[in-house]
Amino acid sequence: MTALLIILVAALLGITIWQISKIFKLSQPIESDDSQIATNEDNQKQGKIFLVFTVFLYGLMIYSFWSLSKFYAPGASSHSDDYDQLFFISLGLIMFVQVIIQFLIHWFAYKYRGKKGQKALFYADNDKLEFIWTIIPVITLAALIIYGLFSWSEIMNVQETDDTLVVEIYAYQFDWRARYSGEDGTLGEANVRFIEGINQLGLNESDPYAQDDKITTELHLPVDRQVLFKFRSQDVLHSAYFPFFRSQMNVVPGMTTQFGFTPTTTSKEIRNSEYMVEKVKNINEIRQNNDNLGPDEKDYEFEYYLLCNKICGVSHYNMQMKIVVETEEEYQKWISEQQTFGELTAQN
Amino acid sequence: MSVAAQPLANDHAHEEGHHEPTFIEKYIFSTDHKMIAKQYLITGLIMGFIGIAMSMLMRLQLAWPNETFWIYEVLLGRFGEDGVMDPSIYLALSTIHGTIMIFYVLTAGLSGTFSNLLIPLQIGARDMASGFINMLSYWLFALSCVVIVSSFFVEAGPASSGWTVYPPLSALPQAIGGSGLGMTLWLVAITIFIASSLLGSLNYIVTVLNLRTQGMTMTRLPLTIWAFFVTAIIGVVSFPVLLAAGLLLLMDRSFGTSFFLSDIYIQGEVLSYQGGSPVLYEHLFWFLGHPEVYIVLLPALGITSEIIATNSRKPIFGYRAMIASILAIAFLSTVVWGHHMFVSGMNPFLGSVFTFTTLLIAIPSGVKAFNYITTLWKGNLQLNPAMLFSIGLVSTFVTGGLTGIILGDSTLDINVHDTYFVIAHFHLVMGISALYGLFAGIYHWFPKMFGRMMSKNLGYVHFWITAVGAYGIFFPMHFIGMAGLPRRYYKFTEFPYFDDLADTNILISVFAFITAAAQIFFVYNFIHSIFYGKKAEQNPWKSNTLEWTTPVKHIHGNWPGEIPKVYRWSYDYSKRNKEDTDYIIAGQDFVPQNVPVQDNEEEMNE
Repeated sequence: MTALLIILVAALLGITIWQISKIFKLSQPIESDDSQIATNEDNQKQGKIFLVFTVFLYGLMIYSFWSLSKFYAPGASSHSDDYDQLFFISLGLIMFVQVIIQFLIHWFAYKYRGKKGQKALFYADNDKLEFIWTIIPVITLAALIIYGLFSWSEIMNVQETDDTLVVEIYAYQFDWRARYSGEDGTLGEANVRFIEGINQLGLNESDPYAQDDKITTELHLPVDRQVLFKFRSQDVLHSAYFPFFRSQMNVVPGMTTQFGFTPTTTSKEIRNSEYMVEKVKNINEIRQNNDNLGPDEKDYEFEYYLLCNKICGVSHYNMQMKIVVETEEEYQKWISEQQTFGELTAQN
Repeated sequence: MSVAAQPLANDHAHEEGHHEPTFIEKYIFSTDHKMIAKQYLITGLIMGFIGIAMSMLMRLQLAWPNETFWIYEVLLGRFGEDGVMDPSIYLALSTIHGTIMIFYVLTAGLSGTFSNLLIPLQIGARDMASGFINMLSYWLFALSCVVIVSSFFVEAGPASSGWTVYPPLSALPQAIGGSGLGMTLWLVAITIFIASSLLGSLNYIVTVLNLRTQGMTMTRLPLTIWAFFVTAIIGVVSFPVLLAAGLLLLMDRSFGTSFFLSDIYIQGEVLSYQGGSPVLYEHLFWFLGHPEVYIVLLPALGITSEIIATNSRKPIFGYRAMIASILAIAFLSTVVWGHHMFVSGMNPFLGSVFTFTTLLIAIPSGVKAFNYITTLWKGNLQLNPAMLFSIGLVSTFVTGGLTGIILGDSTLDINVHDTYFVIAHFHLVMGISALYGLFAGIYHWFPKMFGRMMSKNLGYVHFWITAVGAYGIFFPMHFIGMAGLPRRYYKFTEFPYFDDLADTNILISVFAFITAAAQIFFVYNFIHSIFYGKKAEQNPWKSNTLEWTTPVKHIHGNWPGEIPKVYRWSYDYSKRNKEDTDYIIAGQDFVPQNVPVQDNEEEMNE
């Protein structure tokens, strides 16, 4: 209904503007030419509209930064500060350029709008100017590239230590599973050809390393400990996107991909952070007023999540896994309660 | 054949003038480049209408995901039963919207229309090198349009694996319904489209190289022609690679090969595929996919160069730098495809290489933007609708291009990859910019195409609502992307965390509806002006290029007499005489290309 109303309003708005332009046309003296080529008056009018448009554009940019940049998700991994710093430097730089360039474009459109008797300057070339606006981007971009590449290689080349927790993230239409390596610290061999019955991740039952592997539906991570994820998909491409940890990697059937990070903020800490308290409060207000939600869905508590970010089928929009970041002790307690693969197969 | 016939063509045109073409020869199976251009334009606009209508349905769904709308049932049939959109059709809409807008509207509709119209007219040729191949190219395109649209009527729905159709999703009907017959039709349509595009491009290249009139050296070509020429070359280099990818995908789908598939367990059974890699497909796809961005954009930039120079009454600033940047962009466009694949699982070292090449593209792009701005500086701007769209293009090209610096940086891409940040970026830099180029071209060359003028007031209304709407849609969209909102999601309500983004999504949708509604002004203006527009004069915009020396009424062979000779470049606007007392031609601020060098004129270095 609201959509219909909005469409109606839009259409009426359009008709109004059309009618106004018609009135303008009719109100002009009869002798005004109808060649459909911009006249002196058109140039004046359109040039001024460019000024009005500039106000709109800058207003929109200010509005967006003012009231939408709060959506930028807080970081919670050891490289998220570096990431955010590079992001904001780049963003600052491009907005600096944007503000200047857009001003020039629209100001020139206004300032040099055609006037009777005005003569344009024949100005075809200037090597010095061309050189300047080639070299400045070259230098700036070189700096950005070098900075970016350092961060890139730091993030992508995970230095595995004895302490590194290796976790397999397993994707299928339309859910995730996590597999921990258990006591021996080694993930057992797996292939889709071993999938049968309860063995949903295709572990090789004759591989001793597989026996103590633990398969879970939630991802629990100890805080401040490096995690190396090994991604495996059983059917189509998926993408494991951890927005709060500034991490993402595609999950590709037929090969194992990897990505590592160190979570630095526990779920409890981020839930109690000033930013999240306010955000969740706001969300819960929205949810209270949402009639589509059942009574038990109205209260939302923040949890980290992993979501699928590569189109993977009809339920792509709801392929998520809860992530819990907790202290080492809490993690050890939780993992010891999980069933091993050996126990799982023995049951059946 | 036509190349050899060119010197004789002068007499030829007279002799053939007696033959009255039948209706079919003139309007349907025409070999005349001007008619083919119009066919491309109108077909492209119809496809554009379909493509934009699809995006409206998607925006409606995204803004009010849990409400029912009867329009879904009307337009989508069983996929919209009881006014609820089916998740599978949402993916199909986004897939076909992308396919149609990129290939059918902005490749064929833009480049097909204006390359056909302007190459012969601006270089001074009677027609394309091969009129027949040109006709074939259009009819293959038309056939391809029919096939892609017909895929909406197959039972399991059209292709729904995104416009990039990554396998295995696109290869396995078990994975998604649209990967059955719908996907086969997609592949057939694109194959035909590639054939059409290659025929067209080869024709453009040959025509530009061989059929230029006397005096029309490469460095006197208008920038439009440079842009079309280089676009055609990129197309010839990259489209065959997409064809290869499509064929291999077809083999995987139908003949049990394993180019892109390995280790797959789906719907309770292990498939026999072994040893292939989807990443290989991604490489092949993006080897076309990225140059495609410039296939879409370069013609728009070429059109804008011409229109900005004409309407500023100034030469384009840095003509040679503009050519150099077109060439640099074209070259770089073929070595940057990996920036779509930073998190695909390919070697991180490759990511570094592609970051480097990608950010290099910012340099020639920047040069182009600065040159446009300098062309506006101290001009005498004639703010016709075409000029407004051209200035609008420079604005959106800069806004969209700048965010490319973030996406092209492999590190920063990690967290905004496949989010709405990407959607905002590429819609501004290639969607909106190229559409502005298309509109600018239509308003500017409408008199040449149809012999009548479009209404300027309707044009102004069209531009301003579109300009406000386009920014209103895509500027805020960056921010929901930065919040981590993924693309190709049917709805976001499964994640309570995104609840507070709903208002912004509604805002974006409302802007989208207003902008789409504004296109009705254009449609009305376009159709009305074809029949009832004011009769055009020969050179309404007082332009220098050769197309304005042809008579308003179209004739076969373009010029009734001899082909004009060219004595100068096409940008002698407001050029002063030696004594600096007046313009070269007293009282006239432009000197068409076919006017010989005057005594009182300093010659430019060429």
